[in-house]
Amino acid sequence: MSEMKRRDFLKITAGLAAGAPLLAHAQGKPASFTYRPEKGAKLRVLRWKRFVQGDEDAFMAHAKRFSDKFGVEVRVDNEGWEDVRPKAAVAANVGSGPDIIYGWFDDPHQYPDKLLDLSDIGNYLGAKYGGWFPVAEIYGKRAGRWIAIPLGAAGATFTHRISHVQAAGFKEFPKETAGFLELCKAMKAKGTPPGFALGNAVGDGNSWTHWLVWAFGGKLVDEKGNVAINSPETIRALEYAKELYATFVPGTLSWLDPNNNKAFLDGQISITNNGISIYYAAKNSADAKVKDMVPDIGHANYPIGPAGRPTELHLMSQAMVFKYSKAPNAAKAFIAFMMEKEQYEPWQQAAIGYVTHPLKAYDANPIWTVDPKHTPYRDCVAKMTPHSYAGPLGYASAAAMADFIIVNMVAEAASGSKTPKEAAERAAARANRYYKV
Amino acid sequence: MTRLLDNRNALGLAFMLPAGVLLLVFLTYPLGLGTWLGFTDAKIGRSGEWVGLDNFAFLLGDSVARLSLFNTLFYTVVASTLKFALGLWLALLLNRHLPFKAFLRAIVLLPFIVPTALSAIAFWWLYDSQFSVLSWALAKAGLIDSYIDFLGQPWAARFSTIAANIWRGVPFVAICLLAGLQTISPSLYEAAALDGATDWQKFWHVTLPMLTPIIAVVMTFSVLFTFTDFQLIYVLTRGGPLNATHLMATLSFQRAIPGGALGEGAALATAMVPFLLAAILFSYFGLQRRAWQQGGADR
Repeated sequence: MSEMKRRDFLKITAGLAAGAPLLAHAQGKPASFTYRPEKGAKLRVLRWKRFVQGDEDAFMAHAKRFSDKFGVEVRVDNEGWEDVRPKAAVAANVGSGPDIIYGWFDDPHQYPDKLLDLSDIGNYLGAKYGGWFPVAEIYGKRAGRWIAIPLGAAGATFTHRISHVQAAGFKEFPKETAGFLELCKAMKAKGTPPGFALGNAVGDGNSWTHWLVWAFGGKLVDEKGNVAINSPETIRALEYAKELYATFVPGTLSWLDPNNNKAFLDGQISITNNGISIYYAAKNSADAKVKDMVPDIGHANYPIGPAGRPTELHLMSQAMVFKYSKAPNAAKAFIAFMMEKEQYEPWQQAAIGYVTHPLKAYDANPIWTVDPKHTPYRDCVAKMTPHSYAGPLGYASAAAMADFIIVNMVAEAASGSKTPKEAAERAAARANRYYKV
Repeated sequence: MTRLLDNRNALGLAFMLPAGVLLLVFLTYPLGLGTWLGFTDAKIGRSGEWVGLDNFAFLLGDSVARLSLFNTLFYTVVASTLKFALGLWLALLLNRHLPFKAFLRAIVLLPFIVPTALSAIAFWWLYDSQFSVLSWALAKAGLIDSYIDFLGQPWAARFSTIAANIWRGVPFVAICLLAGLQTISPSLYEAAALDGATDWQKFWHVTLPMLTPIIAVVMTFSVLFTFTDFQLIYVLTRGGPLNATHLMATLSFQRAIPGGALGEGAALATAMVPFLLAAILFSYFGLQRRAWQQGGADR
């Protein structure tokens, strides 16, 4: 009986069922995708987990639903977010391991040959859900075909204390870099300083320093991958960083990813860049003092600099299927299934917006409006710039970011251990080593 | 077959075989592979081509790699020296007749028993720029105005990580040296006492010479552990601030795995081998057991 049901279901193509607009799209293939998992297939999925427990719970529940529906056994391993990259790398190298890995940034662009072509899901999801944000296509596609399906980005905003911003004489959070510096100076004077990570902090450190350099028009490389960091624009950004750093709480040069969360929740800093996890932690805190902070926590998108456009960087995660997988169709079905509205929206809600969607239709997810403080996180992917900007994704961009070239450059100039000019020259020399070929 | 089993040599080989295979598979092969990778341009997901010494030349011209070499040498020399001095001192203290001797000796081992990752997290809190209990206590006592930036300034960070390494490494040195101390025959001290030797002379002319063989072994291990330290740095600083605490081991990982340049990371790891070999040879030839220590005559 159940066998019958399953077979029946498999006949239904999801594209037809949804009545998706069969619009023209890349390569003119029909925007339909058939859920056709191999019979009796087993899937191993490796994904990251981070600060929001709801994310993991919902993901696991949906994975189980997938199992029940298609009769595919799914084992999901949840690992610390920084451990996924080395594991994915090993899997790619040795040619065995999980069928699906939810990795980060340019993981798929480091070993595109080892990955299954996912164009059918990419095109299908794009057509069904209002299209992909441009940055999602950059991360997911290589040479015109989808090699990974963006799951979304762990977005960050400038998390701040509303009352402290007002006490510093600002009615609302500045939308431009010039005003932001004024605000930070005023807040420092009031004894409620900002604090941004300048240690080798993989997430927070990379995000805000890239934003800063790009906001002033600086970029590590040009479109062709020639190093272009030693430019007047970068110097201006670094001079700004120096002024900004003077307003920071002491000790930010040593900060790793968790430091700003701790300092903010303890009331020692009043502005920092972070995911929604600070707000989430405050809301769920057993400590009355921390809980009282909740109405005072505000979120603002990163200010816009002289470049005149948003220049945000967030942690983009994407699903890859390895060619060695014995159940490629089941793997594809799993990824698509998790991106469908029935799963994706409740999952985003469970993660209380910790992950921003790559598909435009999910702007309408009620999670973004149920609490106005969630709303800024909705636009993180829309405002995002790829970390390889303005060059291509690949080995060089991965290596440059992993080596903290931008973070170190900003930290050197901000702390005064090097002049902006020296810091930019040093960054150029370091970047040249990776972009030399 | 029976004859083969009666043959001592054949039997000996057979018994050594499992250990030999284990060493070959889990030690020689990875080491060989790592070394080979260092001479290729392997990236993650792509097996490399032979590039000769390119990686090493590249690293030589890389300011961060050079800095990491300096950091590693500095870290090893300072931490090992202090570990030796403190460990020897502690061993001498523990060798006396103290109340609760067994208990004290057990407790001294604690820092060594706690997993490094855990003790590193404890130090991370101790050194926190906002929540350091050290800074807090000093500030409450009115000794400092602002919190100490343990990990935020290059030199402060170097010494802070060294202090954490010493805390962890001293027990190992102390307990091993204590074992060495207990093998020294009391009659030597009695003879020295009869000759009218002072405490200092006893230490210098009896204890230290008798201890050199075990010092050689202990310090070789200590230097190797320190030179290849990874966990402590990875938890405390990730090599920051401004790469001031990047050791060759941490930089090698950063380049090879998150950075994707397997060949370069492997080359960096391979570059550590000569230093380690030098440390081993130094202690082997410089501090090995002498004939007179067994009652023979010096040649």
